[in-house]
Amino acid sequence: MNELVQLSLSDARDGLAKGDFSAVELTQAHVHAMEAHRDLNAYITEVPDLALERAKEADHNLGRGEAGALEGLPLGIKDLFCTEGILTTAASHILDGFTPPYESFVTANLKAAGAVTLGKTNLDEFAMGSSNESSYYGPAHNPWKRAGDPSHLVPGGSSGGSAAAVAARMCLAATGTDTGGSIRQPASFCGIVGMKPTYGRCSRWGIVAFSSSLDQAGPMTRTVRDSAMLLSVMAGHDPKDSTSADMPVPDFEAALTGDIKGLRIGIPAEYRLAELNADVAALWGKGINWLKDAGAEIIDIALPHTKYALPTYYIVAPAEASSNLARYDGVRFGLRVDGDSLDDMYTKTRAAGFGAEVKRRIFIGTYALSAGYYDAYYLKAQKVRQLIYQDFASAFENVDAILTPTTPTPAFPLGENSSDPVAMYLNDVFTVPASLAGIPGISVPAGLSGDGLPLGLQLLTKRWDEETLFRVAGVLEEAAGFTGHPLEGEG
Amino acid sequence: MTFLIKGETETWEVVIGLEVHAQVISNAKLFSGAPTDFGADPNSQVSFVDAGMPGMLPVINEVAVEQAVRTGLGLKAQINKRSVFARKNYFYADLPQGYQISQFELPIVGEGTIVLDMPDGTSREVGIERLHLEQDAGKSIHDLHPSKTFIDLNRSGVALMEVVSKPDMRSPDEAGAYLRKLRSIMRYLGTCDGNMDEGSMRCDANVSVRPVGATELRTRCEVKNVNSVRFVMQAIEHEARRHVDIYESGGEIHQETRQYDPNKGETRQMRSKEFAHDYRYFPDPDLLPLVFDDEYIAKIKATLPELPDEKKERFMADYGLTAYDAGVLVVEKETSAYYEDVAKGRDPKAAANWVITNLFGALNKQGISITNSPVSANNLGKLIDLITDDTISGRIAKDVFEVMVDEGKDPETIVEEKGLKQITDTGPIEAAIEQVMADNPGKVEEYRGGKDKLIGWFVGQVMKQTGGKANPGMLNELLRKKLAP
Repeated sequence: MNELVQLSLSDARDGLAKGDFSAVELTQAHVHAMEAHRDLNAYITEVPDLALERAKEADHNLGRGEAGALEGLPLGIKDLFCTEGILTTAASHILDGFTPPYESFVTANLKAAGAVTLGKTNLDEFAMGSSNESSYYGPAHNPWKRAGDPSHLVPGGSSGGSAAAVAARMCLAATGTDTGGSIRQPASFCGIVGMKPTYGRCSRWGIVAFSSSLDQAGPMTRTVRDSAMLLSVMAGHDPKDSTSADMPVPDFEAALTGDIKGLRIGIPAEYRLAELNADVAALWGKGINWLKDAGAEIIDIALPHTKYALPTYYIVAPAEASSNLARYDGVRFGLRVDGDSLDDMYTKTRAAGFGAEVKRRIFIGTYALSAGYYDAYYLKAQKVRQLIYQDFASAFENVDAILTPTTPTPAFPLGENSSDPVAMYLNDVFTVPASLAGIPGISVPAGLSGDGLPLGLQLLTKRWDEETLFRVAGVLEEAAGFTGHPLEGEG
Repeated sequence: MTFLIKGETETWEVVIGLEVHAQVISNAKLFSGAPTDFGADPNSQVSFVDAGMPGMLPVINEVAVEQAVRTGLGLKAQINKRSVFARKNYFYADLPQGYQISQFELPIVGEGTIVLDMPDGTSREVGIERLHLEQDAGKSIHDLHPSKTFIDLNRSGVALMEVVSKPDMRSPDEAGAYLRKLRSIMRYLGTCDGNMDEGSMRCDANVSVRPVGATELRTRCEVKNVNSVRFVMQAIEHEARRHVDIYESGGEIHQETRQYDPNKGETRQMRSKEFAHDYRYFPDPDLLPLVFDDEYIAKIKATLPELPDEKKERFMADYGLTAYDAGVLVVEKETSAYYEDVAKGRDPKAAANWVITNLFGALNKQGISITNSPVSANNLGKLIDLITDDTISGRIAKDVFEVMVDEGKDPETIVEEKGLKQITDTGPIEAAIEQVMADNPGKVEEYRGGKDKLIGWFVGQVMKQTGGKANPGMLNELLRKKLAP
């Protein structure tokens, strides 16, 4: 395989700047990689011609010294971002043939910075899932396999296609969205860096909505530096999103000082679950020691409402989703299955257009918002959500960052959890609390399980403190020295 | 003014609450930048937000918010410094998002009051329950194709204020007065044009009845989307009588939504309670709560115009007008301004009479508004001046006014051209008197014989002789002198 695809995003940037290779060569190498790994089903739509055309322009700009921050760098875009003129599916049958006449704010930022779009990556339908198995376009596969076991593993979800594509070198980096862990969990499963910014850091405008109060776009990369670099371009205030923060975007790369001496790192007792995989528990212990060795102070903290996070999430997210997905009605775009009446058309269209997991969440959400149940479910969940936020706010009075595992287990085989939604939901037990609190989090690949699968550690900081998050993540990455590579032996 | 329905067993009173949807006068829709012009080509005023496209987000139009606060202040209502937009979820083909963004638990405006000016000059207060902002839906057009429905999304997302009254009205007249007054206030404020025929103001009436003296409210029915004041009044009357008939024949009223058919003069069922939607309201997570400080409210308050109630008070105090006249003059801002122009430096009561009796009469006959009046305030004022300075008599003035209406000319020119100037020289008047006396010696004799009432007949004859131009005062005086035995 062409070694250009092995470069990190930042090294590729530097290489282009120095003229070591061209954007067309870099893009071509990734187009080949996309073709070579189609078996992973990481992309729903590939746009190689557009990519090469864009790469030519990038070379032109680079030659004139007018390069944007991401000039000529090939990226995968989660197929939840609306992309002007490119099919956008949200991995759902109901969006059949939907080609948006507009570009999401985040991807418009990437375009303006000169990035090359390789294609739209696979995901769980409407970002609802933790394994990428609910995609109408079939599951993406994890490029990693257990040692000596040929069975296919899930890449995690919902940003499973992005994680698989980044891990398998089918793009230099990708965008993801995280509602309850949809960036961090697949990043952990695929051995890459996945970062969820503070809610409001990236505009949601033009991203197909799942749960409006939780959805947040973020970078999926192979290094912490790449993550910082990509977020600097994705982030920014957007007046078209009322929940987008009107705050300056710091130079996140500059935050990577490598120095965390004196920082206080919190270790929450509540994350020490009985179900915790032994490898994961051991890795967490290592992580604590790495940070201690780097000069950080380790402090035991309490996040007492943690156990309510998952049930709270599974009220709030489906409730918002049940309303957000009402617009997929067959009237104006996407799939329509004709019926005898308007109601019949709705019923047939939505029955055919949505998959089982999406339907399940629409049912749950509709129920939770119904007259007579609203107070007991939705209103209660919002109150608990506030308590969970308070847990973090209190903790951050004493610590600068929190270290936890990203997931309770490494990647699991396709189909293992698909008949048990609650088992599937438990994947997000460590990622959901930060989503509910709106705080930033990052998963850093930190080691391998006994059977050779990547494991991530999660760092969390208070709202708007991505700089500390990247700083600690950089040190963790350095200490872990994760060099694992999927598809070993394929060249 | 009480409105009671006499049944066989009881005498019933009607209880009415009104919900008015008023389109906000604004540059753009409530949550998108699309324009809101009435009568544009179908689907020509639709943004991606209004069409409910994937990933689109609402952004509040601050002008609409300011208009709602203005209206709240005009209704002397509580302005809520924190209010929340909520989603009202239901499926319909002309509701692209699958929900309407409205306000539910925390509206932008709370309780207020409207003072009704009743036709007999009395006034009466009706409570406002709340005012909230919400989006309008699009329009479904069912009659263009035998099997298809056409959708026009031009209205989708247009800003509406829903003004909800308390169930304080007791007659169709009061409901009519409420709608007129609300419309008047909003027009003064410039927050809604109130054109019910264009749909920029629509009314739902909640109607129930109860035996006179009862204090408990009975089950109400909601008559939806009535589009004129007159129809609202008719619909209420029909609905109230329907309730009475049902109660008196031993039946029960069930809560339901009904539609008024003005052609048949009846209401009929749209949806019963069993089929009522569960709207699953919840706070819209795409929008932040609206939060104001006192300064913001004070700033808007400082720009409020004098409103009809205050103007009415002032007209009564400063111009000595009756409550009825003042009430009529202040309904439209333009009318009151017109009146004040006419009354300035003149007898205010005479000015009021001319505007209410003559001008309104002429405008109504031609179906034109005061802003298009062929008689300007300046010219009407001049006409009154011509009476005051004895250039013409009041009677001639009415003729001059008719010419002003027809030709739009100023009264001086008309008087000049038509030679209508009043005769104030004694000579010609005396000559005319003498002529009449000479032609009617019998009448002169009768008068002198004690038939005093004949004086009126003589006045009429002499007026005729002078073409109506004789100064009435002088004529009277001279006539009495000449006729004296």
